[in-house]
Amino acid sequence: MSLLERAVFKNRWLPYVLVLPQVVITLVFFFWPAFQSLRLSLLRVSPFGDRVFFVGLRNFQQLFSSVEYRISVVNTIVFTLGVTFVTLIVSLVAALLANQKIRGRPLYRTLLLVPYGIAPPVAGVVWLFLFHPAYGIVQYLFSFFTDWELNWYVDGAVAMALVILTSAWTHLGYDIAFFLAGLQLIPRELLEAASVDGATPFQRLLHVTLPLLSPVIFFLVVMNMIYALFDTFGVIHAITRGGPGTATETLVYKAYKDGFLAMNMGSSSAQSVVLMVLAIIFTWLQFRFIERRVSY
Amino acid sequence: MKSLAELAPAGRDKAAARVSRRVVARKIARDQIAAHLGMIAAVAVISFPLYYAFVISTQSMDQAISRPPLLLPSVHAVSNYVQAWVRADMGRLLLNSLVVAGATAAGKIVLSLLSAFAIVYFDFRLKGLVFWMIFVTLMLPVPIRIVPTYQVISDLGWLNTYTGLTVPLIASATGTFLLRQFFRTVPAELAEAAQLDGAGPMRFFWSILLPNSVTNLAALFVVLFISGWNEYLWPLMITTSAEMRVVVVGIQNLLPNTGTDLPEWNVVMAGAMMALLPPVLVVLGLQRWFVQGLLGPEK
Amino acid sequence: MLAKGRVLMASLVLALVTALFAAFALTAAAQPVEAQFWHAMGGRLGEVVQELVDRFNQSQDQYRITAVFRGNYSETMTAAIAAYRARNHPHIVQVFEVGTQTMLMSGAVYPVYQLMADHGYEIDWNDFVPPVLSYYSTADGNLYSMPFNSSTPILYYNKTAFAQAGLDPERPPETWQEVEEFSRRLIQSGAAECGFTIGWPSWTMIESTRAWHGLPFATHENGYTSLDTQLVINDEFTINHIDRLARWQSERIFRYGGRGGDAEPLFINGQCAMIIQSSAAQGGFRSAINRFEWATAMLPHYGGEYPKVNSVIGGATLWVLAGKPAREYEAVAAFLKFLSEPEQQAYWHKETGYVPISRSAQALLEAEGYLDQNPDQRTAYSQLTYSPPTPETRGLRLGNFVQIRDVIEEELENIFRGQKSAKQGLDDAVRRSNQLLREFASLYQ
Repeated sequence: MSLLERAVFKNRWLPYVLVLPQVVITLVFFFWPAFQSLRLSLLRVSPFGDRVFFVGLRNFQQLFSSVEYRISVVNTIVFTLGVTFVTLIVSLVAALLANQKIRGRPLYRTLLLVPYGIAPPVAGVVWLFLFHPAYGIVQYLFSFFTDWELNWYVDGAVAMALVILTSAWTHLGYDIAFFLAGLQLIPRELLEAASVDGATPFQRLLHVTLPLLSPVIFFLVVMNMIYALFDTFGVIHAITRGGPGTATETLVYKAYKDGFLAMNMGSSSAQSVVLMVLAIIFTWLQFRFIERRVSY
Repeated sequence: MKSLAELAPAGRDKAAARVSRRVVARKIARDQIAAHLGMIAAVAVISFPLYYAFVISTQSMDQAISRPPLLLPSVHAVSNYVQAWVRADMGRLLLNSLVVAGATAAGKIVLSLLSAFAIVYFDFRLKGLVFWMIFVTLMLPVPIRIVPTYQVISDLGWLNTYTGLTVPLIASATGTFLLRQFFRTVPAELAEAAQLDGAGPMRFFWSILLPNSVTNLAALFVVLFISGWNEYLWPLMITTSAEMRVVVVGIQNLLPNTGTDLPEWNVVMAGAMMALLPPVLVVLGLQRWFVQGLLGPEK
Repeated sequence: MLAKGRVLMASLVLALVTALFAAFALTAAAQPVEAQFWHAMGGRLGEVVQELVDRFNQSQDQYRITAVFRGNYSETMTAAIAAYRARNHPHIVQVFEVGTQTMLMSGAVYPVYQLMADHGYEIDWNDFVPPVLSYYSTADGNLYSMPFNSSTPILYYNKTAFAQAGLDPERPPETWQEVEEFSRRLIQSGAAECGFTIGWPSWTMIESTRAWHGLPFATHENGYTSLDTQLVINDEFTINHIDRLARWQSERIFRYGGRGGDAEPLFINGQCAMIIQSSAAQGGFRSAINRFEWATAMLPHYGGEYPKVNSVIGGATLWVLAGKPAREYEAVAAFLKFLSEPEQQAYWHKETGYVPISRSAQALLEAEGYLDQNPDQRTAYSQLTYSPPTPETRGLRLGNFVQIRDVIEEELENIFRGQKSAKQGLDDAVRRSNQLLREFASLYQ
């Protein structure tokens, strides 16, 4: 990894002073708690913390042998892939449309970016009502076409679709902004040259635009996954709280639920440790991305 | 569909040229209409939930829960917004959210500027370690480390304070990451020239690097302000008094309790509209820089 | 010059700070004793809680209670526990009934019976409604937390739909056989889409329905006498009952509408003609339903060999946390005493629909004529006091009860979705719950 290629200033202590504030905050509020989680994951603690037993790896054993954990792994995969690709595809289409030379383009762009400003828990409230089994408009429209009762209080698949759509919706603006930024960087001459060569718009998209956008796409895939995995707590908490049953219980939500509702800190910490391992894998992925970004 | 270039005037004959010009004009018009239709469809799909929330926020309770649903605004907006404002103590909530989101965004930018500057422009022994440390935090979100972090805040006596609400959140990997990318696109000659002029690193930082990254900082501000505004679990846990609540938490109190409250979704939506307005204004106000500053150098 | 200026500045600031501190110390001397009260009552309920607290604060000037809404029940409890571990806890915290065992075993509470005795308040505990008192007392009868909001499942029925179906609107079903029969008539006549729905599935259909029939929920007197308790809900009675519900779905006699209060809109909209739900839903129903007449009735019963005993309560109590300065507990005791008075209880009942916790509060409501005007508010009380609770029906004392309820409701949903038979689902629920009970017991051996 070449982090050093443009170091131009020579100073022995200044760089340390510069990174100090961030490093201190990181150590105190990230690494120390993370280390605590590691320690807690080997313990069994009563809710009020008055009884503590060392149980070795038993929390992990129980975790990996439990059906519920396996369910939440599957949920997480479905949810993460769903959010990542729904967001990516919808925002790519929207950004391509908004990148055309048409009148009123600034207005369209503005409207497309709006949902990005909406906090997931607030978006959750709005979508909860849209899909409300008794009052919601979506259920109402569905009742014309099918007998299927669109009730996410009862139907796990509907609940999953709902949290995926809501999470994707609030994240659209982020992806659209990056796509628009990326599209701006594509030299017009390239597209025009392709046109002259007789490429159809679709061919231009496939052979010119998408390859040139690929670093942005890759970056967004990673960022969307991180978002879906770690930042959608507010959506799930505002709408389904993991239910019905365990239908929308993701790894993060389960860690929260077991730690907070069930007050089983040992198991919850073990789950946090698993998530941290996942986090490290993602960090590694991002480093890989950085390399690609640099070569581009 | 043929491309424009192919249809461009190629005929020697004037009449043919005129015909083809008309074809081009018609083609352009058709493309424009198609583009507008596509755009309108996309905007409609994406903005519908927001529109619906707005519409509901102007209706009476009976209208809001009526079947079939009403898709047009009604006249009860004022009373709904007043109710939501009073019931949720919206003024206080919005103020807290503004302070928290503003302070975390500003803090994150300052810290990220310093560390990104160090990482890009200096060579020091622990650079690799520092870099990795900062980046891994991206994936240690609040829900998975909340209990131990809560303990730290409590030991520091920061529960229920703006300090507690902001400081633990101001180490931002996103900020450092994006700024590092920006800095690397600033031409190396600038720094070399500064050195030749005898300017120290901080002088270079202040008078060359910062002015050159204004757009990027604006973009970053949007991203960080939004993420600060969106923070939910952290404020929920560490604030115990209603005066310290932020709006995304406070708004949940408007949700009707099943069994005991009326289904006053009109008031809920009025609250939601107020809660989403400030960050949306930030996005819109800074949108030009937001899109430009996200990737690559300034133009 | 410059240095002088700085010194001046510094001394000014110092003087200002000292003055502030002095002012603060002065006002502090005259301040009433303060105590914090964390609760989980949002929305309109929160306003009523605040009103009660304001009344208390205005009724005297020695003590001052600060009420803080801390989110839903689990959030409030978690926040209190986290705060306790950090020694920042409130004096009083409202905890839902399923958290009772966790609180009892925590060693972190100041038992209410002791608190009141220590501060010289004579409270006639026998005046309390028996199933309310017993739910929060130890096996030897000492009350550990102050009952605050208690409710119990009852039946609500749509009188207008009953009349349309040719049923007597003044005669709600008393037995499950009648529930089935009436539902058929309601559906056939087109008066309703479905017969009935339920809220809080585990609480209404298993916990309460079993107690109502005099059946235990778990061994060792529902866990009152030993941590080594196990669920017994996979017996013939409950298997048959749940199996019936599952089968009734195909005829729309029963419709599952989700947990907690999620099913309420089905009743409010008039889709289902009956709902079995918490008695505390009355307040909401009263204001949300204006298209039809409705009334309440006691839970349906199977009759036959089963006695009618009492239903179990739900809701929450106020726990006093230990580890605060002695003087502050005076404020706590005074406040709890205030809350237990009939006037406050009557007010609380009228505003919310939660049952009054004492017989004298009930008597006051009768004397005021309030219950004659609102006869539906009598149902819950009559049902709770139908016969004196037995060791099988006085309450549930289970560790990890939050998760156990979750497990039961998950399995019920599996049954209602047709993924498991009633027997299979309940067997699984018992097996998984027993595992949770063992884990809890292992902490406190």
